Amino acid sequence: MSDTPSATAELKLPKDQATEKGLVNVQIDGVWHQFPKGTRMIEACRQAQVIVPHYCYHPKLSSPGNCRMCLVQMGMPPRPTPGQEPQRDENGYEIIGWIPRPVIACANTIGENMGIRTTGELVEKCREGVMEFLLINHPLDCPICDQAGECRLQEQSVQHGRGVSRFVDMKVKKPKNVEIGPRIRLDDERCIMCSRCIRFMDEVAGDPVLGFTQRGAHTTLTVHPDRLLDSNYSLNTADICPVGALTSNDFRFQMRVWFLKETPSIDVNCGTGTNITIWTRENKIHRITPRLNDEVNSAWMPDSHRLNFHYIDGEARLTEPLVKSGSRHLPETWAQALASAAAEIKAIPAAQTAIIASGRMTNEELFLTRALAAEIGTSQLALVPRLAEADALLIAADRNPNTTGAKLVLGVEEPYWKLNSIRDGVRNGSIKSLIVLGDDLITDADFTAEDLGKLDFLLQTSVLANPTAEQAHIVLPSAAFAEKRGSMVNLAGRLQRLNRAVEPQGQAHDDWEILRDLILALSGGKNEVYHIEDVFKALAENVSAFNGLTLSKIGHQGAQIADTGYQIPLLANERARKAAGLING
Amino acid sequence: MAVVKLQRPKLNFGEKIYFGALIKGFFLTMTHAVKTLRGKSVGADELASSGLGVTMQFPEQRWDEHLPEYYRGAPALVTDEQGRERCVSCQLCEFICPPKAIKIVPSEIPSDDPWAKVEKRPLEFEIDMIRCIYCGMCEEVCPEQAIYLRKDYLITGLKRADMVHDKKKLYEIGGTRVGLVNKWNELK
Repeated sequence: MSDTPSATAELKLPKDQATEKGLVNVQIDGVWHQFPKGTRMIEACRQAQVIVPHYCYHPKLSSPGNCRMCLVQMGMPPRPTPGQEPQRDENGYEIIGWIPRPVIACANTIGENMGIRTTGELVEKCREGVMEFLLINHPLDCPICDQAGECRLQEQSVQHGRGVSRFVDMKVKKPKNVEIGPRIRLDDERCIMCSRCIRFMDEVAGDPVLGFTQRGAHTTLTVHPDRLLDSNYSLNTADICPVGALTSNDFRFQMRVWFLKETPSIDVNCGTGTNITIWTRENKIHRITPRLNDEVNSAWMPDSHRLNFHYIDGEARLTEPLVKSGSRHLPETWAQALASAAAEIKAIPAAQTAIIASGRMTNEELFLTRALAAEIGTSQLALVPRLAEADALLIAADRNPNTTGAKLVLGVEEPYWKLNSIRDGVRNGSIKSLIVLGDDLITDADFTAEDLGKLDFLLQTSVLANPTAEQAHIVLPSAAFAEKRGSMVNLAGRLQRLNRAVEPQGQAHDDWEILRDLILALSGGKNEVYHIEDVFKALAENVSAFNGLTLSKIGHQGAQIADTGYQIPLLANERARKAAGLING
Repeated sequence: MAVVKLQRPKLNFGEKIYFGALIKGFFLTMTHAVKTLRGKSVGADELASSGLGVTMQFPEQRWDEHLPEYYRGAPALVTDEQGRERCVSCQLCEFICPPKAIKIVPSEIPSDDPWAKVEKRPLEFEIDMIRCIYCGMCEEVCPEQAIYLRKDYLITGLKRADMVHDKKKLYEIGGTRVGLVNKWNELK
């Protein structure tokens, strides 16, 4: 490279190249990268695949910088004296002058020509020191702590800890095993004062009930006097707690996390379609946690949805096909139950037959329901609307997870409107045969046991025993959301996948298999569909919104297939905070 | 494969009728028989013989007193001097157990229990002794000094269910162990 003024003028400096794109140059551990202006140092390191250990920083929350674990060494080019040209290396970057003291990476933003060192003697000494301070008052009750196995303090004391304590004095005593809310247990001795939970309750949940009292080593996390941590989002604080200070009452002492298998899936309790991870061991679900998806639920989920899985292996679970004989239901084989169902359906004219499907069914199941209606020859097909109050964060008013999918798959604008005419038909006797898929008509759709008693034939598929099943002539046990694969479209038009975390209980069958077998029993045809992928393939060929997609192409983050204009309130809040520069993630 | 041809030794007539060897063997046996009757078998003392030869007359006579310090018998749970069950059901032994013989159901200690501050203890603790390979990994991994391999080696049963040691049986075998680290003391 020549030093003549004309040559340098022709060659663009890296600084100018980056500025054109609105980026800045940052050297991380000796390698130059470009990042958007305003990025935090820790976020830049993460994007460059360099992990900076941290406790208090969370990409979805503000950065108070109080754990001091993310200390790194920073360098900037020295300011030249007036008239002096900045010194540059052979690539045109200015020579970095390293600052002899560390800075925290989580609360500082990057600047042009900045250098970050995440290794080296200074940084490692700092981390060791911070770890030693954090462990001074830590009770080390890992054997009884639910966080063991997914504890940042454990992980980082393995990487950066000393192995032995030099602290000879008594540890500070703090409240243990405190019930600060109906679903959360607090252990103050384990707390490392990262304040993530305080910030979450304040910034995301909008219910600032947590705070610190006392000072120094006696700092104590506590709930506001006369208040409880009873927000419907309180369990998220247990998720983000880097140690075992906040733990879930529901999961308390159930199972160690290292035994659990993680299955990515989606929540089916409302139209938002929160992304979740299902944690299982030996065909038993132990807990459900939210999974990061910036287009749906960010990193959070409501407690009411998270805890709604205990019914799957509960008392009311149906595990065998049942056929009514007299006033009682008796267990029957699948083949026999399906054959008698088909015979009963055929015996009643198609005009007197109706199907009531559910907004909780997957796209594949709804597609087969459409095929079932065509096979029977009825146009009386409706879904049961389930509406409740929405909150201003993640819970949608529509408690059916797949209303949008039903509209697309069934090709109707309003999949619920025929329900009233079916109900009237049942009451006035023009409908004699009813196939109910999944929903409980008596609880959710204003039917009475008397109405259903008028029917000549009532078939129900259901996960749980319910009043409608009580009236049904044939009850077929189906699979719960964690036991099946399939896809759903949330209110915002995002196609997402359910995955099978556990096998169906007892003899329960996957819903799409029940529908397939019922269609085959009616038509007497030969089975050609063995995999749910084949059902989705047929769906993708028949419904334009799904064209070109397969189950595997949807991916764990989902695919946007429709524009409904629906806004998830929590995401709007988050984007506003991001635009204001309060958060980075 | 290479074929190696062995050169058989040439035997003379006396060796061919092997009478001499028979006599030799007979005398060796008789020497030992006499030694046994006189109680002077080699190694009789070290092997805790019953007095006739080196053979131990099991089950009338047992190894028990001669087991070495490091003998690894049945794994069992122990209580300490204060009568506290030491296991807190951290499930590390369940995790480390190579043949997956251990099964634990954890539970919370009720708040009116004198040891409520320990918070956690096993509701059920089962070791399937058909599966157990006496490797001692459970003892090694235990952070609470709660499980030890004792010197019990006669683990028998008439049914498979008999071979599963439950919590009661495990504490029965384990008994009380003194001088362990008192982690959950008053200061805790």
